Amino acid sequence: MTQPPQFHRARTPFTEPVLSTRGLTVGYATKNGPLELERDLTINVHNGELVCLIGPNGCGKSTLMPTIAGLQPPLVGETYIAEVDVRRLKPHEYAQLLSLVLTDKINVGAMTVMEMVSVGRYPYTNYFAKLEPQDYEMIERALESVHLGDYRDRLFHELSDGEKQRVLIAKALAQDTPLIMLDEPTAHLDLPTRVEIMNILKQLAKQTNKAILLSTHELDLALQTADTIWLMHRDEAMRTGTPEDLVLSGMFEQVFKSNVFQFDKLSGSFKVVHSAKGEVSLTENGLHGVWTRRALEREGYEVTTDANLPIHVQHDGQQWLLTINQTNFSCRDISELLRVLRREDNA
Amino acid sequence: MSLKANNPYRWKSWQVTGIGVSAIVSLFLLDLSLGSVKISVPELLNIMAGKASKQSWEYIFFNFRLPKAISALLTGAGISVAGLQMQTLFKNPLAGPSVLGISHGASLGGAVFVLSSTALFGASFNFQETLGSWGLVLFAVSGSFLVLLSVLFASARISDGVTVLIVGLMFGFITGAVVNILQFFSDPELIQNFLVWTFGSLAGVTWSQLQVMGPIILLSLGLSLVFSKQMNALLLGENYATGVGVNVKRTRIRLILITSVMAGTITAFTGPIAFIGVAVPHLARLLFRTSNHKILLPATMMCGMVIMLICDIVSQVPGSQTTLPLNSITALFGGPVILAIIIKNKQMKGAF
Repeated sequence: MTQPPQFHRARTPFTEPVLSTRGLTVGYATKNGPLELERDLTINVHNGELVCLIGPNGCGKSTLMPTIAGLQPPLVGETYIAEVDVRRLKPHEYAQLLSLVLTDKINVGAMTVMEMVSVGRYPYTNYFAKLEPQDYEMIERALESVHLGDYRDRLFHELSDGEKQRVLIAKALAQDTPLIMLDEPTAHLDLPTRVEIMNILKQLAKQTNKAILLSTHELDLALQTADTIWLMHRDEAMRTGTPEDLVLSGMFEQVFKSNVFQFDKLSGSFKVVHSAKGEVSLTENGLHGVWTRRALEREGYEVTTDANLPIHVQHDGQQWLLTINQTNFSCRDISELLRVLRREDNA
Repeated sequence: MSLKANNPYRWKSWQVTGIGVSAIVSLFLLDLSLGSVKISVPELLNIMAGKASKQSWEYIFFNFRLPKAISALLTGAGISVAGLQMQTLFKNPLAGPSVLGISHGASLGGAVFVLSSTALFGASFNFQETLGSWGLVLFAVSGSFLVLLSVLFASARISDGVTVLIVGLMFGFITGAVVNILQFFSDPELIQNFLVWTFGSLAGVTWSQLQVMGPIILLSLGLSLVFSKQMNALLLGENYATGVGVNVKRTRIRLILITSVMAGTITAFTGPIAFIGVAVPHLARLLFRTSNHKILLPATMMCGMVIMLICDIVSQVPGSQTTLPLNSITALFGGPVILAIIIKNKQMKGAF
């Protein structure tokens, strides 16, 4: 009996970084000289760490990722994977250290899932891509990690977007590298699939001790799953840290500053800022209170608990009681409440 | 391994391969037998055994039929694989030697060689005797290589597949214009030769030319098989290919070299052959239901041989003395295939 193959697992986790940049200045050359997006970055990614790169559109996420991956030259500085400069690596050595999942549109025609995932074994196979028993086992294991064990003979182009993304993650897993980089792996997917993909990645980081670096627009998901967040800013230097530290430091509000929405530190999510129509007092705290508050805020009211305001709302367990300038209205549901409020407040 | 046995394409491929090989053998014999003079299959075997019942048949067989049938095999496999390589290289289902102007480039090379010889060296100069087949091949391959390189250079700046095709067509027009100018200054007799050459024909390939064409095509076909792994990776796109350790630049240059050598050599000897290069890879994909080049490359060679033999047999118009231009027959076959592909897919997405 031979030992089943194991995914790459570093013997001493959290010592040497898998990925590190030294004095990396990211940007591109333009007619008017180089345009710097990030200057002098020195960042590390360790084994078993899930890093999410987030930032507003236009901050340079889609330049930083390929630069770190060595697909695009940096203006200054170096990227090291397992202590080796990426640009000094031979193609097959590079492919044994770093695997990629990109946003590039894939149009391969009739390729089976098995054939797609076996592409991940290319750095290890001979000229004719002959798969050895251990390659087959690695592919099998990769497919099972993304819950696609029964899909190996299905055609790739017939799969759903979420399944395709999982196949590509399996390809990256089969490549068996200490570092996996994913460019917006949750783009174009529906919410349950986005959550599923993030969960798979989180588990992979913990179980296989691989370092995973991904860029995403999913702030909520990133805050809930990432070990470390790289927060890119349009004008200032990138900040890194645990999600919680970044929230507490007020960085999120600063980066995603906008007139139409606000980052709510308490819930860790964004709230749309509505134009203020006036103030409404609400004396109700339970579940009904929460949703009544949301409805009122959506209508453009600022909700307070000051009972002396001209407009007051409360819920008695059965129905909503609305008081406008000492006139009382009772409403069956929130829809009626809003209707009455609109009619009376505008009058 | 259990995983291998699960592949639904495997046994099916062998079935199709069996049919393909028997089709090639029977069509090869049919191609040898049919023509302006019909030689029956038992008689063919007699001739091969050296016991021909008629001297003229032996002459026809060895000097016309056999080189023609062999060049049909080589041309069919070569031009189809060149088409497949270009489709993968450009990630474009409509790419092919005749569509992207590669054949035109080879024609230009050929025209420069054939037509300018009088202008440069006087009427007494005979290109065939002086430089022979190798010179023609060299010029045609250089022509196709230059056009392929320019189209590739243009396609690096244009991501849209249809635009690349238009760029290819433009290169075709430009080379066509240069050929016209060359014709204007050439000897009428040479122009006649050149025009006949552009109709495409397998009949003109002699044994001495086969000695040049055979090794070049066989070697290129062999080399193309070595690139099946890289071509599979390229299907996923350049970045993914780089990500799994493929040296994209080097692979691309080598594929271009193989493609232009094959397309150039074939065009030099048989004239431009239309649409086979585009259509046959699609036929192979359809029959074998895979884009995996490990299966697709040999499948394309096989289908190419079958189609070319059929086209050659049809162009001889069995039972008559006429011979139709091969180029027209291949276009009659290839055109509808390409139309069907475009209509079936509505957009070019998923045509691979």
